[in-house]
Amino acid sequence: MNADEFWKGLWRENPIFVQVLGMCPALAVSNTARNALAMGLATLFVLVASNAVVALLRDFVPKQVRIATFILIIATFVTVVDYTIQAVSLELHRALGAFISLIVVNCLILGRAEAFASRNGIGRSILDGAGMGLGFTLALFCLGAVREILGSGSLFGVALFHAEFQPWVIMLLPSGGFFTLAAWLMLFSRWRAPDA
Amino acid sequence: MVGPTRILEIRTSPHLLSGHRVETIMFNVVLALLPTTAWAIWCFGLKALLVLVTALASCLLTERAACAFSDRPSSLGDGSVAITGLLYGLTLPPGLPLWMVAVGGVIGVAMGKALFGGLGANPFNPALVARAFLQAAFPVAMTSWLPPFGPDRFGSLPASTLAPPFSRAVVDGWSGATPLAASKFGGELSALADLATGAVAGSLGETSGLLILLGGAWLVARHMMNWRIPVGIFTVVAGASALLHFVAPESHAPPGFMLFSGGLMLGAVFMATDMVGSPVTGAGCLLYGALIGALVVVIRAWGGMPEGVMYAILLANAVSPHIDRWIRPRVFGQVAAEGDG
Repeated sequence: MNADEFWKGLWRENPIFVQVLGMCPALAVSNTARNALAMGLATLFVLVASNAVVALLRDFVPKQVRIATFILIIATFVTVVDYTIQAVSLELHRALGAFISLIVVNCLILGRAEAFASRNGIGRSILDGAGMGLGFTLALFCLGAVREILGSGSLFGVALFHAEFQPWVIMLLPSGGFFTLAAWLMLFSRWRAPDA
Repeated sequence: MVGPTRILEIRTSPHLLSGHRVETIMFNVVLALLPTTAWAIWCFGLKALLVLVTALASCLLTERAACAFSDRPSSLGDGSVAITGLLYGLTLPPGLPLWMVAVGGVIGVAMGKALFGGLGANPFNPALVARAFLQAAFPVAMTSWLPPFGPDRFGSLPASTLAPPFSRAVVDGWSGATPLAASKFGGELSALADLATGAVAGSLGETSGLLILLGGAWLVARHMMNWRIPVGIFTVVAGASALLHFVAPESHAPPGFMLFSGGLMLGAVFMATDMVGSPVTGAGCLLYGALIGALVVVIRAWGGMPEGVMYAILLANAVSPHIDRWIRPRVFGQVAAEGDG
């Protein structure tokens, strides 16, 4: 039962490939595998932490102001992530740019807080956040890896091809993100439900 | 005496059928494209033939694979994907590496057609989706032009054609500029006769305007193409460029040059008239054609690129359902609103 709360985010209700939530970071910073992974892990942390706090406070927050409270909780953890990334790698912080702060308005996080954490206990909420966050990270990595391999001929900055490699410029552009997402969605929905 | 049995069939429209099947129309479009294709092969030689064959093969195989992937019966037989492949091949520069041709064909049919549900459900022309993808992915290779009637064009291939997959094309020293690029960036105009017969650098099928018009006339005569779309495009392009040329002759080309250069003829006659992506009403088709014409002139005159037919048609494809929503024929028997005549 509890294990299912974790696994559903990875597969059956994957945030990107099934719920199609959080498209803004998914398309904007998935141009390299490193950026995608960093954004995924940052979102994972915020999701787990905010789910835990929202679940803890769920009986004390008045219904009328719950959204504002959730946003405040989420923003707190996003600030933590923002400063942490800045301290660890300034280069990565520049590459992700405004999209770190924009994790606050990622509808995936608010969606989990509203739909799950505010109605469930802390243990289940943490599992849910971890599953959803890992599913998000996995999907972002899938996008980022394809875009970096085709767009730059490398993975995590390591060149995969010979020197004469012709980069697919479109893969580094926003339109390449849409094409890659479409291809993954097609594969994933076929894979997930072969008889659908 | 007993007459033939007549069964009253009650169903939704259409109730009047022309008797044309998808296969018939597609076969006639292939026929109409044959002169242009043959001329392209004659002009550019073996490399053009290889580009066309690769484009066709990649599109056909992708359609077959997409049908298998989605557990549908193969739709190769309706001929639509053969048209896509042929048209796509005709929009490419002659020296394009064959692996890039194959990549574009796969993307165009898989992403531009199969993903939306196959023939009739695709909002954009798949051949142009393929070309737009390549244009954005490989901008250098897609704008390296080889002049027609090169020496030994049937016996040898440029090094770029056979570039191994994922490697960049070797740029030959003899790439030439298209008439549009020469006009936009160098201020030179090509002779109209050269443009009309196709003795200029350019994509495979966009060089000979006269042969394209011939194919279009054949389709119009057989009621298989809506003449309003190309007429709308030509009228607006000619009118707008005449006006621009009159106001500023040194920076804008005359209408004849605008009509016969670049991909305008091929786009207007064979791409924009794709039945899936164009409006259904007559007035809608005129409006759709005019929109394409206006976009072409705007992109050519003030855009960053010398040519804009591809983007103009793709944008108009996107607007086409809205045109159909704005322009609706009055239903027979509908009472006119008061004061509406």
